[in-house]
Amino acid sequence: MSFIVNLVNGISLGSVYAIIALGYTMVYGIAKMLNFAHGDVIMIGGYITFVFMTDMGISPILATFLAAICCTVIGVLVENIAYRPLRGANSLSVLITAIGVSYFLQNIALLIFGPNTKSFRSVVPFSAVKFFDGKLIVSGESIVTIVVCIIIMILLTLFINKTKLGVAMLAVSEDRGASILMGINVNKTIALTFAIGSFLAGIAGVLLCSAYPTLTPTTGAMPGIKAFVAAVIGGIGSISGAFFGGILLGVLEILSRAYISSQLSDAIVFSLLIIMLSVKPQGLLGKMNIEKV
Amino acid sequence: MNRLKNKKFIDKIITFFIIIVAYVVTDVLNNMGMVPSLISGLLVSFCTYSIIAVALNLVVGISGELSLGHAGFMCIGAFSSAIFTRYMKFLGVENIYIFIIAIIIGALVSALFGFLIGIPVLRLKGDYLAIVTLAFGEIIKNIFNAIYLGYDENGFHVTLKSASALKLKEGGFFIIKGPQGITGAPRYSTFLIATILLFICVFVIYNLIDQKTGRAIMALRDNRIAGESIGLNVTKYKLIAFTISAAFAGIAGVLYAHNFHTLTASTKNFGYNMSITILVFVVLGGMGNIRGSIISVVVLTILPEILRGLEGYRMLIYAIVLIVVMIFTNSPFVINYRKNLKLKFNKAKGVKHE
Repeated sequence: MSFIVNLVNGISLGSVYAIIALGYTMVYGIAKMLNFAHGDVIMIGGYITFVFMTDMGISPILATFLAAICCTVIGVLVENIAYRPLRGANSLSVLITAIGVSYFLQNIALLIFGPNTKSFRSVVPFSAVKFFDGKLIVSGESIVTIVVCIIIMILLTLFINKTKLGVAMLAVSEDRGASILMGINVNKTIALTFAIGSFLAGIAGVLLCSAYPTLTPTTGAMPGIKAFVAAVIGGIGSISGAFFGGILLGVLEILSRAYISSQLSDAIVFSLLIIMLSVKPQGLLGKMNIEKV
Repeated sequence: MNRLKNKKFIDKIITFFIIIVAYVVTDVLNNMGMVPSLISGLLVSFCTYSIIAVALNLVVGISGELSLGHAGFMCIGAFSSAIFTRYMKFLGVENIYIFIIAIIIGALVSALFGFLIGIPVLRLKGDYLAIVTLAFGEIIKNIFNAIYLGYDENGFHVTLKSASALKLKEGGFFIIKGPQGITGAPRYSTFLIATILLFICVFVIYNLIDQKTGRAIMALRDNRIAGESIGLNVTKYKLIAFTISAAFAGIAGVLYAHNFHTLTASTKNFGYNMSITILVFVVLGGMGNIRGSIISVVVLTILPEILRGLEGYRMLIYAIVLIVVMIFTNSPFVINYRKNLKLKFNKAKGVKHE
């Protein structure tokens, strides 16, 4: 039974990774850049929710929503100020800028909230649910996280395939030049992508902090990196890939923490990335791009 | 062509000259007791960080790939050499030759790992390489944090579980004690040795750049497809740059390990942050500019020591400077603007545009 408990925990953690990975994979697919600061938006989301809930006494659901909105604003601002001037520059400089933004967000949080760990109060109103006469206990956070993840996946898939804006996003990721000729506003589309990604990051931050209730300025860094790993494993640019990659990574992490070594779980997760990239560089569900001159 | 060669030659000489003069001046002042203790304690660190910054510059600036795992190579160099010197200390052998062997061990082991990790990874491009090297750095740090290595009359014992799981006999000792790392490695690193190593590092990399190999590496950086089409083997040349860089990162690690009494694989020493700090050195010194890397190491290491009051803002300032420098030097808009400005300026002065 403990295996199933671990499995459920793994799927729950994986769902958080999947939500974060969505932001990475969409931004990478459309703007062709690795947004290193994405992980830190998660942390900002956690802090804002913390402030709303603890200092202002706003109800958890509203606080989460407000935090996600704040994250959206931050994401769009970052895109406008730091990334937009570099559109068309080489990818190395964009990546270094993104690292700079990541550091900037971490240190801003450090200055505002201090280095001490904040203990986050869970936003989930109900306690653990028991199955099989109490043999299998699943925490409320796990259930909410998994459900939220599935809802987001469905909504996002519908948005991208059924709405005009979503199709525009697909078009920009396919061929930026041609989509400009078709009258798509590329800058707006990219900003929209950042907005959606950051909104999801805000929600992911709240879910992550509810399940693991410690909040420091570097809270978002590791989950952010792992979510990117998940996006790469699933195949970057693919939404279902982000979902499966995230779940796979979460389960692997929890199981290796439980059965192999808690200190080596990160090493195992990252080894999977290296193996994956040497065997199938385009990821599980990704498309192979052959470069043409 | 000749003029270009001359210019390059003078450029090299200036760098070597700076290193030697800086060493002599600091050493003389240090012996006279005129260097503040704050800075004299940092002398070996200057060289250590300069070596790793120059090494990273070979990957980022010359080869055009982003590595975020150089702290991992430094970690490998540090631990492999410290295991050796610690064991030799246990056997009662402590002299300069041991340290020279340790440096070679650190460089070779690190280069080996650079080679092994490079084979699968360098087939990937840009961003993937960054994330994989980052992952590699974290793996290395985690492993050295979890490993226990001991020695007794029955030989070496290794475990990943706990200190007691090693089952050391009486008279045995720990070489690596999990998260507590290696304690009591001899402190061999002196300013002289560190400077010599920096000198060698700069010498090797300058020579590499000037030769056919280096030109091939830079050609592939500037245009991978064009390079491939004239028959350059991309993986081979990227791998050469990466392996050499890893070797020097390992040497920096050796210096680091033998500069302090204890060596731990904490996040602060060899984690992601360290890799980023090195990257900041390289970017602010100028990518591809060897001398710039060294100067930026010295400036960026001294500045926070002087500006103690701004300690809390240090990383924030780094971050802002990093973003601003990147936008200022790489944004197409800014580059165009600067070009126009220059043109206007030249017109005003009556200089004909070439």
